[in-house]
Amino acid sequence: MAEKRSLVTIANLTRDKIMYLIEMAAEFEKHPNRKLLEGKVVATLFFEPSTRTRLSFETAANRLGARVIGFTDPKVTSSSKGETLKDTLMMVSNYADVIVMRHYLEGAARYASEVASVPIVNAGDGANQHPSQTLLDLYSIYKTQGTLENLHIYLVGDLKYGRTVHSLLMAMRHFHPVFHFIAPTELAMPEEYKLYCEKNGIQYVEEQRFDEKSIAEADILYMTRVQRERFTDLMEYERVKNSYILRASMLGRVKPTMKILHPLPRVNEITYDVDDDPHAYYFEQAHNGLFAREAIICDVLGISLEEVKADKTILG
Amino acid sequence: MNREELLVAAIENGTVIDHIPTSKVFEVVNLLHLSEVKTSIMVGWNLKSHKMGRKSIIKIADKYFSDSELNQLSVVAPNVSLCVIKDYQVVEKKQVVIPEELRGIVKCANPKCITNNEPMATLFHVTNKERGIIQCAYCEKEQSLDHVELV
Repeated sequence: MAEKRSLVTIANLTRDKIMYLIEMAAEFEKHPNRKLLEGKVVATLFFEPSTRTRLSFETAANRLGARVIGFTDPKVTSSSKGETLKDTLMMVSNYADVIVMRHYLEGAARYASEVASVPIVNAGDGANQHPSQTLLDLYSIYKTQGTLENLHIYLVGDLKYGRTVHSLLMAMRHFHPVFHFIAPTELAMPEEYKLYCEKNGIQYVEEQRFDEKSIAEADILYMTRVQRERFTDLMEYERVKNSYILRASMLGRVKPTMKILHPLPRVNEITYDVDDDPHAYYFEQAHNGLFAREAIICDVLGISLEEVKADKTILG
Repeated sequence: MNREELLVAAIENGTVIDHIPTSKVFEVVNLLHLSEVKTSIMVGWNLKSHKMGRKSIIKIADKYFSDSELNQLSVVAPNVSLCVIKDYQVVEKKQVVIPEELRGIVKCANPKCITNNEPMATLFHVTNKERGIIQCAYCEKEQSLDHVELV
């Protein structure tokens, strides 16, 4: 058996590996429908519901010809009877070639990669990591900007709890970005990540203002949701809730190449009049998730970029 | 040798762990699995100490510990003095050194960490030895050695 290659976190991927996966995702975008995984079984174990991520992974597996087993609700599994995660994984390892897992506990993916005999793809473990989201973010940035180098990336909204912004920050350390952290005080970027930036030579600027002028230099505007339940002080929530909403009227001065990303689901932080603006990219971004996940599944199964390029199983 | 120390009989061969904060004695006993040791062990509890006010001392006869075993003490009592005794003489003094990683010793402070919810050993990487900062290898949360709880 080939070396087991799980994807647990994006934080330790090298620059080369990130570029390699992006290149592979681009191949899948050219031809998403193949029989490359014919005869393989992909298990999707969702110990916590996540329709979007699960559908994206299952679509990726199906479009490559794999068959999919799994569950979307742990209530129907033996974990509700007190079975340990290890036992569930040992059992599923007997059936599937790769396990895509979402779990509500932090560190569950690393543990799973240690105990399972097949590769694990982390589809989110609590507030910890969500590497496939980060890879699709990186792919979207690369695709729209033509590079990952020297970009001004504006992270807006909930920078305290937003795991996608933390992972993106870590993955971008190879590419000399300038980050702009735009958030209310209660949801500001935590110290540990600012420290991470300093250690890794990542430039950043912190600001609270969010208007037409403040976003004029952005290459990427990465919006996140400011959630009411995150606030200890509801007065503060009432004060800031409308300050971090992106409206079409704010896009007058932005760079022509600027793109707006959002991990979705969006509630009210991007008004609907932005959807038709050429800078809006969040739905394409979600579409890119399919290609990124096709690349991830193939990579952990030991299928190389060369094999993907030479693939003769492409369906019309 | 002062009188206080004579309260705890000298050992011919073995290990002496001195200057243990009294509140940490049982943790030291647990970390070194002293309950499983078959040779004589003497514990001096709440002894007067010039350096510490009150201290405790443990003398374990005919037993020597590896550095990695002793370094586990850094989690609860980093400033203990360790003496290796042979023929009633101190033949070696050791300091506790914080190891690179701590396996199965410390509990993760994050209740949502997998290690607190599965029957499994914890693992921490020591990320800052000077400040005593450790990071859970699973949930990646950092904590300070000053506030750790043992498993």
